[in-house]
Amino acid sequence: MPTPFKNFSGIAAPLPQANINTDAVIPATYMRSPSSDLGAGLFARWRYQESGEPIADFILNREPFKHATILLAGPNFGCGSSREAAVWALLRFGIRCVVAPSFADIFYENSFRNGLLPAVVTQAVFDEALAQAVGHAGEVFCVDLGAAEISLPSGARMAFSIPPMRRDAMLRGDDDIATTLRRESDIAAFTEADRKARPWIYSMEAAR
Amino acid sequence: MRILKPQTLFEKIWQAHLVCALDAERDLVFVDRHILQETTSASAFDGLKANERKVRHPGLSIATQDHMVSTEPIRNEGSNPSGLELMQLMRANSARHRISHFGIDDPRQGIAHVIGPELGLVLPGAIIACGDSHTSTAGGLGALGIGIGTSEVEHVLATQTLALPRPKPMRISFDGRAGVGVSAKDLVLHAIGRFGVACGVGHAIEYAGSAIRALPIEARLTVCNMSIEFGARLGLIAPDESTFAYIAGREYAPADAMWDAALAHWRQLAGDVPAGFERDLYIDASRVAPQVTWGTNQQEVIGIDEIVPDPSNLPDREARERARAALDYMGMVAGQPIEGVAVDVVFIGSCTNGRLSDLEAAAAVAKGRRVAPNVRALVVPGSSAIKREAEAKGLDRVFLDAGFEWRSAGCSMCVSMNQDMIAPQQRCVATSNRNFENRQGPRARTHLLSPAMAAAAAVTGAICDVRKLA
Repeated sequence: MPTPFKNFSGIAAPLPQANINTDAVIPATYMRSPSSDLGAGLFARWRYQESGEPIADFILNREPFKHATILLAGPNFGCGSSREAAVWALLRFGIRCVVAPSFADIFYENSFRNGLLPAVVTQAVFDEALAQAVGHAGEVFCVDLGAAEISLPSGARMAFSIPPMRRDAMLRGDDDIATTLRRESDIAAFTEADRKARPWIYSMEAAR
Repeated sequence: MRILKPQTLFEKIWQAHLVCALDAERDLVFVDRHILQETTSASAFDGLKANERKVRHPGLSIATQDHMVSTEPIRNEGSNPSGLELMQLMRANSARHRISHFGIDDPRQGIAHVIGPELGLVLPGAIIACGDSHTSTAGGLGALGIGIGTSEVEHVLATQTLALPRPKPMRISFDGRAGVGVSAKDLVLHAIGRFGVACGVGHAIEYAGSAIRALPIEARLTVCNMSIEFGARLGLIAPDESTFAYIAGREYAPADAMWDAALAHWRQLAGDVPAGFERDLYIDASRVAPQVTWGTNQQEVIGIDEIVPDPSNLPDREARERARAALDYMGMVAGQPIEGVAVDVVFIGSCTNGRLSDLEAAAAVAKGRRVAPNVRALVVPGSSAIKREAEAKGLDRVFLDAGFEWRSAGCSMCVSMNQDMIAPQQRCVATSNRNFENRQGPRARTHLLSPAMAAAAAVTGAICDVRKLA
């Protein structure tokens, strides 16, 4: 269950290629057991040789980016598999915000459910953030969710977009299921009417 | 008289499931059928337990073991020791919450997206949810199949609803007639190559046009299966009389008076003719050749008669670097014909192409031929029922006589969460859906294609044009 999102400052690691899929974020081999170390598995095939040795020039193995709490990723980040372990792996590693020009639909939803901020920015803003992450390496970016802004090392403030209701729910750390269960009367009313309109959907329950 | 705004098929189904609007962009929708699988359900059940919540409609849910099961001909849960814990957790969780569980020992076991239609769980106009991105397969029967994450699995278990941004309707029309040797897989791969892996983000894709209408039901399931590879969470095809004929008599399909009521409802589902789509795209099916991917995402695809493109011709630096990295990973060079590339492994199966008609297409090529020396070829039926049907038709003999392995049902080499993996730098042609780096094993190289093309590669030892084999 998410906790209230707190503003923070941290290093931003650039990983700007487009269409990074969730198989790359967390390989399926790290999902075979509920007790796998997902933080160690983050981008495992890009981070380690087959021997387990770190690949020195991969961005998250380099100073200062190995301490990153923000990821700057290319468009359609998180495409492919629905695996929520991709979000869990980012969080376990320490990433709390992914900034990208766009996100894959399922990854975007999974992020909110776990308190990982998916910040959507324009390509121009993204390019500027990328330039500063490299040019000002070691200097921090500051994430302000309430204002929907990220301050760059230069001091410039860049806006990101997030639906206001999602932002507010994140700031409160809402439990989505509890929120839905407060709509109990709506769900009950729907189901009662629907049982009459589409009884064949519910006959599966009676047949048990 | 009230004038109603014309609606697309997708909008009609969404509207019929609307519990309430949540905000400007999100709705709460009811889920008719929930299918669980072992890799994405354990944490969801943990969450229910921690919050002392119940499963709201256990009778609308079923569970199946698919991702981690061994595909050995004789097997049990322990045959893949690394998957045992998650398989046993789902079995126990299903029993505790009175959810029907189709485990490895059940005749109904199979890949979630294969058994959903096969058992009559997927119905036109219904919303199906499953913790797997290929749930869009259900769209082949005119249902909305929604792939979800584990938190959403928990949300469906607890509330039987999903809180989702409203997708925008989009249409891809395939007009004209596909040529001999060109399958549904080729049509959809070609479209991804044309429009890109992100063209469907935020959208629900309706597939239309004469080439789609002409497809048998199993082929329609293949097309909708690949929706997520356009970036679309949802893809669907308007149901018609062949859809209804496919569903009639299946285990969970409505029967008798309930069938008549359902049928009357389903016949009203097709979209209104003047309904608008946010995007409207076209493919001339008559110009599509059998397709093969050359790179590491599905838009990196060409016809069998084409050469691997030169990254230098791409417009921006980022795209050029990306294409060069893909060629390097795949061990391919620009300008090389895709035809004639030698293969090590052939995988026929998955929720994309593991149905009976797919196995029949592959068997037609394999019959009377032999798998090439040094090639390992696997046939993995999408469900235990398909395995039995194929055996009743003698397809197992055709494959075994030709030197293919005839295995048990599961996701197998599509996701490689069991022992079915490719060795580093081995080249596999696969009828599955993802040619991502490392998907079939560390440094494994994957080319996606149709079942007939895969069988042709198996018997010749190289990627080849199945149309020339006749």
